[in-house]
Amino acid sequence: MAHSVTLDAGRVAPPSEAAHVVVEHPHTSTGLDNRKLLMWAFLASDCMFFGTLIATYLVYKGRSITGPYPREMFDIPYTSVSTFVLLLSSFMMVLGLHALNNGDRRRMRIFITTTALLGTIFLGGQFYEFTSFYRDGLSLSQNLFGSTFFVLTGFHGTHVFIGVFWLLALVVHSLRGKLTAENALTLEIAGLYWHFVDIVWILIFTLVYLIPE
Amino acid sequence: MSAAHSVEAEIEPGGHAHPSVGIYIRIAVVLGVLTALEVAAYTQEWLGELMVPVLLGLAAAKFVLVVSFYMHLRFDNRLFTAVFGFGLLVAGSIVTALIFLFHQYPLPPAPLQ
Repeated sequence: MAHSVTLDAGRVAPPSEAAHVVVEHPHTSTGLDNRKLLMWAFLASDCMFFGTLIATYLVYKGRSITGPYPREMFDIPYTSVSTFVLLLSSFMMVLGLHALNNGDRRRMRIFITTTALLGTIFLGGQFYEFTSFYRDGLSLSQNLFGSTFFVLTGFHGTHVFIGVFWLLALVVHSLRGKLTAENALTLEIAGLYWHFVDIVWILIFTLVYLIPE
Repeated sequence: MSAAHSVEAEIEPGGHAHPSVGIYIRIAVVLGVLTALEVAAYTQEWLGELMVPVLLGLAAAKFVLVVSFYMHLRFDNRLFTAVFGFGLLVAGSIVTALIFLFHQYPLPPAPLQ
């Protein structure tokens, strides 16, 4: 059960108020849980991976010598809805983690299943976008735009797919009674991954879809 | 964890502070508004040269909000911020270096078919 300690802006809780909170540090050299540290290190390495893909897209932007070109292909209102869906999924994710930290496993399962469902809707939208682009003549080998666009967004979509699978596995884990408030870190780590997928999409949406050539 | 004292927070078992549901809702609303502003900015041709900085600024604001509040970096141990910040720094350097290189040394013209 979480101890609610609402603190006003700028006010530091006096020791007497904070005394009831038992701070348990894992027995590691850093005092931090190694799984969480590993996830942050993984996300840092994934930043570099996405950095190279985004850089490749940007340096080849506007250099395709044959069409189709981005302006002819992108449907901004459609992609905006996908962006809202992914942002909403991140919101559901934090609510799920909050519910688990408060010991409400049923509510947690509802939120996490909703998160996975929103992720699936996003993937469905991406699949529809890819197939419509392909029908309109844009393929992986058509031009520089096709190559860099499909690799970047496809790599991101793969991350979303893995995230959906991971979240559903955690729901099953919870149904078996193995995911409780005591090991909420397991869900928090999955949440870090999910939010990372969200922030990468925030960048892709702006750099790929919105910024003109 | 001093930053945790500046906003509503809840201490979870284990001593980690997380934002309250109220904060999560407010962040979600702000993220939605910022995304709507991005799409609105995209359609405003009068922005001209300002469009790219405006769009990048809005994206950066969304990025920071998600990382700070939804990923709890604002409330968590600073080592996590350092580890993630290092990755971001390297990624940003790669993007900047590649753009600079391709700007300085443009691609050769495509061969005639």
